[in-house]
Amino acid sequence: MAVFFSYSFLVQTLIVGLLLSICAALAGVPIVLKKNSMIGDGLSHVGFGAVAIATVLGLAPLEFAIPAVIIASFFILKLEDNHKISGDSAIAIISASALALGTFLISITKGVNIDLNSYLFGNILSINNTDIIFSIILTTIILTIYLISYNKIFTLTFDEKFAKSIGVKTDFYRVLFAILCSIIVVLGMRLMGTLLISSLLIFPTLSAMQLFKKFKTVVIFSVLISALTFTLGLFISYICATPTSSTIVLSNLVTFLLVKIINLMLK
Amino acid sequence: MITLKNLTIGYDDHIVAKNINAKISPGDFVCVVGPNGSGKSTLIKTILHLMKPKSGKVIYEDGLKQNFIGYMPQEISLNPNFTASVFEIVLSGTLNRKQIFYNKEAKKLADRNLEILKIKNLKTKSFCDLSGGQRQKVLLARSLCATSKLLILDEPSNNLDLKSKTALYQILKDINKKQGITIIMVTHDLDHHNLIGNKILSLNNDFFYGPTSDFVKKVHQEEK
Repeated sequence: MAVFFSYSFLVQTLIVGLLLSICAALAGVPIVLKKNSMIGDGLSHVGFGAVAIATVLGLAPLEFAIPAVIIASFFILKLEDNHKISGDSAIAIISASALALGTFLISITKGVNIDLNSYLFGNILSINNTDIIFSIILTTIILTIYLISYNKIFTLTFDEKFAKSIGVKTDFYRVLFAILCSIIVVLGMRLMGTLLISSLLIFPTLSAMQLFKKFKTVVIFSVLISALTFTLGLFISYICATPTSSTIVLSNLVTFLLVKIINLMLK
Repeated sequence: MITLKNLTIGYDDHIVAKNINAKISPGDFVCVVGPNGSGKSTLIKTILHLMKPKSGKVIYEDGLKQNFIGYMPQEISLNPNFTASVFEIVLSGTLNRKQIFYNKEAKKLADRNLEILKIKNLKTKSFCDLSGGQRQKVLLARSLCATSKLLILDEPSNNLDLKSKTALYQILKDINKKQGITIIMVTHDLDHHNLIGNKILSLNNDFFYGPTSDFVKKVHQEEK
């Protein structure tokens, strides 16, 4: 264990990862309960496309990807309002196209040396001090918003129409939520990879929902489960020398299956 | 309570109903009827100021405020597996009072409405474990937390069996009579016309607004 903490990059990863897991779990509860589980997937694919474009053009990936993903998230929200295309097909179209575009650009650009794998599956070595600062700021903002607007978040998640009728500024919260999700996804992408980041949003809430039937307890326990599964996954990947992001996802999967079994036995 | 003046309603480029004129008085129980697509839901969204009228006006009277109308949207739009306790849901009806956290008064109000609807025993139950009839009562309790004047219900009896439906209508009649709360209810339940509500607003091809008895007469004449 002492050896683990002597690697500063692992400590950095642990800090950034824990903060991101907390944020992702908090954002995940409304996403799962509103049955928007594919949104994380869609946004991370757009993030991948954006990073590829930035790299090809020689721009800073993060600074380019965050606004690009925010725009995409507005676009997805708008498409959901449009009744001609259903929300999930909209996300599917956008996410596949962005992923294809990203891979295409990277492959045709000569002289650019990008490790495609680290974008697709994450790379804990890419975490640096900037990520720590970013994630501390992000976590503070999200926790503050959650504390102040908790009751509004509840009613917006449960019944947006009702929330609007009693004067909750639904459009404002939608935009705010889209922005925060985009930032979580882009930051998390570097750690978890394009293909696996969305699991950080979805799994903890799904696990918590198996055990608890109250909104507040689901929120609290999805945060705890998220932090726990991340830490577990990171340690296991260190000890067994397995890929970090997939080990974290698998530790989430095992947790989910365990609570599912417990749930079935309790019935 | 509310006056609809030369109202034309619609969304995007569509106009769904024209020249709606109606004066809804305190204590009224108005049923909004009409075939699918005739604009029933659009009308109540316009009344709630959630949609803008294409032309004409919705005028609130008697101190009615938009945020203090108890709106009950159709239940179909909700996630049936939502993990929330009944109390959490009912309490959220008090959010129009602009407090950040629920105070004692809000909790008292929620408790009182649980009692009125006789669902105090469900307080700690989860929404996902309730029957259709119980869900409607929970949503009604939430709407009652938001208002002391006007309830607007969008097809509350949808997906209910006859027994739950009759029970729900009885509760609505009680709320209307005993608490003096005005009710506007969208329904496509024609069998109940002569049983519930004192006024009908019909969005059929020929617009009608007036006492239920007149509407029944009119329908009978047309049938002959």
